[in-house]
Amino acid sequence: MDLSSINPLLLLASLMVASTPILLAALGELVAERAGVLNLGVEGMMITGAACGIIFSALTGNAWVGFAGAALGGLLLSFLFAVLTQVLLSNQVATGLALTLFGLGLSALLGQSFADARPPAFPKLDMPILSDLPVLGPVLFRHDGMVYVGLLLVVAVWYFLTRTRAGLILRAVGENHEAAHALGYRVVLIRFGAIMFGGACAGLGGAYISLVRVPQWTEGMTAGAGWIALAIVVFAGWKPVRLLLGAYLFGGVTVLQLNLQAAGLAIPVEYLSMSPYVATILVLVILAAGRAPGSLGKTFHASR
Amino acid sequence: MIALERRPQPSRAWSYLSPLLAVIVTMIVGGIVFAALGKPPVEAIRTIFWDPLFGDFASYFRPQLLVKAAPLILIAIGLSFGFRAGIWNIGAEGQYIMGALFGAGFALAFYPSEARWLIFPLMIVVGTLGGLLWAMIPGLLRVHFRTNEILVSLMLVYVADFMLDAMALGLLRNPEGMGFPGSRNLQQYPAAHNAELIANTGMHWGVIAAFFAVVAAYILLSRHVFGFNVRLAGQSPRAAAFAGVSADRMVLICMGLSGGLAGMAGMFEVAGPSGQVLASFNVGYGFTAIIVAFLGRLHPVGILLAGFLMALTYIGGELAQMNLQLPRSAIQLFQGMLLFFLLAVDVMTNFRIRLGRKKVA
Amino acid sequence: MTKTLLALAGLTKAYPGVIANRDVSFEIQQGEVHALLGENGAGKSTLVKSIYGLVKPDSGAMHLNGQPFAPNDPKAARAAGIAMVFQHFSLFDALTVAENVALGMEDPPPLRDLAGRIRDVSEQYGLPLDPARIVGDLSAGERQRVEIIRCLLQDPKLLIMDEPTSVLTPQEVEILFETLRKLKSEGTAILYISHKLEEIRALCDTATILRLGEVVGDCTPREVSAREMAEMMVGGTLHVPEREAGPEGEVLLKLEGLSARSPQEFGTPLRDISVEVRAGQVLGIGGVAGNGQDELLLALSGEMRTDPQMVQFKGRPIGQLPPNDRRGLGMCSAPEERLGHAAAPDMTLSENAALSGKTRKALVRNGFVDWGGARDFASIIIDRFDVRTPGTENVARSLSGGNLQKFVIGREILQDPDVLVVNQPTWGVDASAAAAIRQAILDLAANGAAVIVISQDLDELMEISDNFAALNEGRLSAPRAASGLTIEEVGLMLGGAHDMEVAHVDA
Repeated sequence: MDLSSINPLLLLASLMVASTPILLAALGELVAERAGVLNLGVEGMMITGAACGIIFSALTGNAWVGFAGAALGGLLLSFLFAVLTQVLLSNQVATGLALTLFGLGLSALLGQSFADARPPAFPKLDMPILSDLPVLGPVLFRHDGMVYVGLLLVVAVWYFLTRTRAGLILRAVGENHEAAHALGYRVVLIRFGAIMFGGACAGLGGAYISLVRVPQWTEGMTAGAGWIALAIVVFAGWKPVRLLLGAYLFGGVTVLQLNLQAAGLAIPVEYLSMSPYVATILVLVILAAGRAPGSLGKTFHASR
Repeated sequence: MIALERRPQPSRAWSYLSPLLAVIVTMIVGGIVFAALGKPPVEAIRTIFWDPLFGDFASYFRPQLLVKAAPLILIAIGLSFGFRAGIWNIGAEGQYIMGALFGAGFALAFYPSEARWLIFPLMIVVGTLGGLLWAMIPGLLRVHFRTNEILVSLMLVYVADFMLDAMALGLLRNPEGMGFPGSRNLQQYPAAHNAELIANTGMHWGVIAAFFAVVAAYILLSRHVFGFNVRLAGQSPRAAAFAGVSADRMVLICMGLSGGLAGMAGMFEVAGPSGQVLASFNVGYGFTAIIVAFLGRLHPVGILLAGFLMALTYIGGELAQMNLQLPRSAIQLFQGMLLFFLLAVDVMTNFRIRLGRKKVA
Repeated sequence: MTKTLLALAGLTKAYPGVIANRDVSFEIQQGEVHALLGENGAGKSTLVKSIYGLVKPDSGAMHLNGQPFAPNDPKAARAAGIAMVFQHFSLFDALTVAENVALGMEDPPPLRDLAGRIRDVSEQYGLPLDPARIVGDLSAGERQRVEIIRCLLQDPKLLIMDEPTSVLTPQEVEILFETLRKLKSEGTAILYISHKLEEIRALCDTATILRLGEVVGDCTPREVSAREMAEMMVGGTLHVPEREAGPEGEVLLKLEGLSARSPQEFGTPLRDISVEVRAGQVLGIGGVAGNGQDELLLALSGEMRTDPQMVQFKGRPIGQLPPNDRRGLGMCSAPEERLGHAAAPDMTLSENAALSGKTRKALVRNGFVDWGGARDFASIIIDRFDVRTPGTENVARSLSGGNLQKFVIGREILQDPDVLVVNQPTWGVDASAAAAIRQAILDLAANGAAVIVISQDLDELMEISDNFAALNEGRLSAPRAASGLTIEEVGLMLGGAHDMEVAHVDA
């Protein structure tokens, strides 16, 4: 084994890249959960986003169009979830599972004729001065645009939730939908918005895997990333900034185990490959903190 | 104006009708999807639902029905208890794998024993135990650390999957297998083989176990105080606490039950139809069983019927793949759609739709 | 010279199977305190929800200051100058006071400015409140202040108050009334919903009485007796429970230093509660909501375990025993929340009979439930407690509040317990059902059981208790003989005015 082949700077840099899909998906789910909706279909929306990303970018030759298509795909899928849970009042846990199973099938169908497609190159941003900084340059400032979109979204979601009236209303709906309804807020409408934001973000996250991380289409390629995103929302205690921490932690484990595999550590590859999932469980056990939104996962029906 | 209005009592008629309606709607929408893929829709539906039972080669496919339905039913019966009680074990796929690994591992440890009377029954016990222990991880973590069992049980599917790969390539690899991955074939190990009991029927010990589970679950749910407590815990956790039901114990029992049955299903599969510990051993029964459980309305008899229906889509799907080049993923989509439509139609059980303005009585 | 502020004409609202309001008409004058009086289920809530824009009447019209008024949602109602203090469901536990207030306003100022205004108004009206506190940590009285201040900040023309005093001690009620009188003097009209007649006589200028959705009369409360109003409200004479004073026996239940943390978030811990209840005695425990009533019931029912010595039944420590073991010994209980705690909403009455009756009625044999026996038990309860329902196979949710409460209380009483603990036995129940339930509780005590009644209804407690004790922030006062206690004494036992002050008269 040759541990010296692991370059710590590259490790940190790839950590940011590895955590981006989960960060995006988790951020969307966080907003949905703060509005009181538990959407367990993140995995299904991500994989659909991954397929849509490949398709749209292959058809147009533009990665950004691919991302837009992926967001649209995730959004449409989440719209189905919203109709079922908010209008037809189905159980959110069961519907989320259905969404995942459905998304896995749908994406496999959509993606099958694009198995050989290679997505267009997605350029890394070259920031004058910043990119040339020693240490910080390669770690922070030589990534592609979506990495920064993810970071900006964290800030935007944080600002929205804590500093704006719309964010306050969204939190109120998630906290106690009966009370929000009694005060005249449109619970169902607000939840539709939150669910669809979640879907679009999950789609983006999925597309980042198929367009940047891998980059190509294979069935089931998200490999549980959507579920890990759900776990990170719990770990973060429903707070956007802690979410970033959770995503980096997970990205770190992923990148480290990949590097160890490459370095030829004397442990069978399978055991290294399971480490991100085991780490997620451990994190949930040790660090799960914070209080879930009061109405999370409950069905709302305005009766008398 | 369309409005939903809560029924004073859940509708019995709708609770039977909605699965049927969901199947019909899925067939229609599925047909449209198949047409969009350029396949003849009616022929595709017929190939999936009719030909395996009554087509030219039905005698070949019918036994397959039992082989595929048995694990689905066995797993779904176990899951239905937890789902009723609001305990969401969605990692049955992992428990199924662990059951197979434990069962096969136990048998192979005694290879080449001839004591079938000892090995095979103990394999069932050990396999069940494997699934049960794997399910106890999310169960115990929930009880002691309030960890979400949905996420943990699911993470453990991936872990089990890698464990399967590791075993197929490592510990359980056939020493006489010329370096190919995979264990010895249990079908050639008489003491451990879960063979067909009656030739060409598909009937094996796992099928018997599945039927037994259906009957036992029916009795438990309708007559036994455990079934009553399960229903109570799911409908109204505080009323359950008032009735003296321990929420923690309920979590452990339901996780153990579902994990145990999933493990047992995995053991029967690896010792019989599949025969080998191999990376491709698991085909998603643990996830499809979730659909089976819901489609069967979490009721044992419903699960029995739903298990056969889903088994049919597997077999018919393979047939459609061969005859019509219908992609495998289309069947997966079809199964997902079924659950979706079921949940959508389900609203009618507890609500009724009112059209237009309400009249004053 | 008064002017009509709000006129209702022929408001009708029907729900499937029930007409909530039928042809309701009355007027509210500017600057008057108008009582809306009626039993539970008389249609008061539906009516005020129509005014607040939460419910659309099927027919009829409203006029505000002479202009047609048909609010589509609460926002429209608030914009027209109507504010409402809810009895339940309108605060967000995890948010701060300021955030809660902001959510109830149309155009709230930035949170920092709002905090200042909350301080000013709360000072001015004698309702002290810290804008930065989390609402879930507040007492029930403080929570109500949040609602009131939320309304006051919008300078309402009409303030609707739904049963505001149920969460206040008598002293706090007095102070609230001062605040309301001050508001009235500033020209605000108040629509005051209550079934507490003495309060209405003390505060209100006029009263409209609703029964079964219809207006059955109006009066000037100061000029009629409480009894006359009660009879208009109920539509008949009231049955006052009778009790035969039985001999007091041995101590059946003893609490000794009972302390426990609340299992609920934002709950109240129990702090060092000690009390004894003897055979044949009714101990009434009063207190404002959220002072540990739920926790006390959980500790007694066995849903919450404590040190064994803390709860003693006939001298035997039972604090560690789970619910069914306690039932086996002879200790039964009935929690406050009928649907979802005392009974499972979607289960049939047979199943609900087995829910708590399975131990003492021997409805489980070798692990199998005797459903025939459960059905028989359910029909006995229905029969003996006059529960109006088509049969034992109807689900609990389909029963009216009063009927389900009779079923729940009947289920426990018919198990013939030595000790019975009930929480809010007549909450939200019509008067005749309430009277029947109180009578049944008294009969049980007369037959030698020890009974604890936890209630927020002081009139009820004075009517049926031998001894009275008060819960305040999880502590229980020393019990005193109920007869001869004045309302002031009771109020002080409940914690007096806490930190409320009389409204500052300048303004």
